[in-house]
Amino acid sequence: MSGVRVLAGTRKGAFIITSDGERKKWEVSGPHFAGWEIYHLKGSPADPNRLYASQTSGWFGQIIQRSDDGGKSWHQPGTPPGEPTTTPDGTPKGESNKFVYDDSPETGKPLTTHQWYDGTLRPWEFKRVWHVEPSLNDPDTVYAGVEDAALFRSTDGGQSWRELSGLRGHGTGPDWQPGAGGMCLHTILLDESDPQRIFIAISSAGAFRTDDGGKNWRPINRGLHSLYIPNPTAEVGHCVHRIAMHRSRPNVLFMQKHWDVMRSDDSGESWREISGNLPTDFGFVIDVHAHEPETIYVVPIKSDSEHFPPDGKLRVYRSRSGGNEWEALTKGLPQSDCYVNVLRDAMAVDALDKCGVYFGTTGGQVYASADGGDSWAPIVRDLPAVLSVEVQTLP
Amino acid sequence: MIRVTLPPHLRKLAQVDGEVQIDVEGQVTQRAVLDALEARYPMLRGTIRDHVTYRRRAFVRFFACGEDLSHEQPDAPLPTAVAKGTEPFMIVGAIAGG
Repeated sequence: MSGVRVLAGTRKGAFIITSDGERKKWEVSGPHFAGWEIYHLKGSPADPNRLYASQTSGWFGQIIQRSDDGGKSWHQPGTPPGEPTTTPDGTPKGESNKFVYDDSPETGKPLTTHQWYDGTLRPWEFKRVWHVEPSLNDPDTVYAGVEDAALFRSTDGGQSWRELSGLRGHGTGPDWQPGAGGMCLHTILLDESDPQRIFIAISSAGAFRTDDGGKNWRPINRGLHSLYIPNPTAEVGHCVHRIAMHRSRPNVLFMQKHWDVMRSDDSGESWREISGNLPTDFGFVIDVHAHEPETIYVVPIKSDSEHFPPDGKLRVYRSRSGGNEWEALTKGLPQSDCYVNVLRDAMAVDALDKCGVYFGTTGGQVYASADGGDSWAPIVRDLPAVLSVEVQTLP
Repeated sequence: MIRVTLPPHLRKLAQVDGEVQIDVEGQVTQRAVLDALEARYPMLRGTIRDHVTYRRRAFVRFFACGEDLSHEQPDAPLPTAVAKGTEPFMIVGAIAGG
């Protein structure tokens, strides 16, 4: 019987929550990497036993962890203990937590500055990996979105990383600025139909696209309107919180912006608002039903100064029409005195016949629906604050 | 033989219990100890000092013989008791928070 594996990253470790295809009984394993912030962990679509995790700490920096057995055991890819850290000719071997911006004259651009909160300029400085995105067809290839915003790629199973520097260096980089959580590259969408095309999003710079495998990039923010920046329709500067797509229809993108839920039908060339009847169009997560490309989910949050659900009611909103018309999904979710947040990487769907939808909260609950959102139940409820949720559908 | 104590999170990464003992060739300095430590335990690279600049991470401190050595020059000799292995070189995660 098929099953699901839910991967939850939290402020104090990673948790793996599994069930069979019925999705009624759940087993929780963890904490893995107890005490560390796990911003994100995700499995390879090409090999479900291959998982990557971003483990970070304000004390000890960035660690990349890899599992080759579905999360039962983990290791840092790279040089095993006791082995020389350089090759005989002196070349350093892989260092899985070394993220160095590429400023080489051949491929990189000179490191410049970006905007700081107060309008001063700051040099780029690596802080952490926000998101890992395994390749769709090669378990050893994985992308990492980092703070300060840049995109890295590993082609050796996470042992070493190289920046796709055309993104940071394409021209608008000096105008990027951090969102409240930092200047992070948090969304990476790979196009199954076109391996050369990648979409990414940065808070708070906007969305970007490459059509040549990551060499050249350009902003794709036309149609976004952000009243909180000096030029509301600027080419960059928009605080994009999350982008989602259905893999069968990669030209259609859905976006939860700081304020506004948006849609593009032309691979990001233009966007239009689809907030419709939402009680508030602020929020972080957005995702698409596994089998219905026009069915999308958001969790409205009251405002940018009050990061909790309106009226203390935790409601997922579903649109079956690709936006504008939304229905509140409340069955099984707390409808009073609920003041949690749902962070940008904390929603995912499974691919079972009745699509499962999952999200995690800053209150430590992971909620699941085995019927496309009609009803919900917590599959675990007292974790540390949840930073990310991913789901693997297992054969 | 140099004795090094690691904070609990780094002991877990290095998969060791208790103190670590390493050999250091030549003068025993902070840099020489960290070089030897990272060569023996490559998974610690980047966790104590920056990969590129080799600057100590802000919330990591060095102590030995009852003294805070965090701000000593990396190439300054460590106390004789550390070099002789009678006292450990302690790598500590700073208390931070509230």
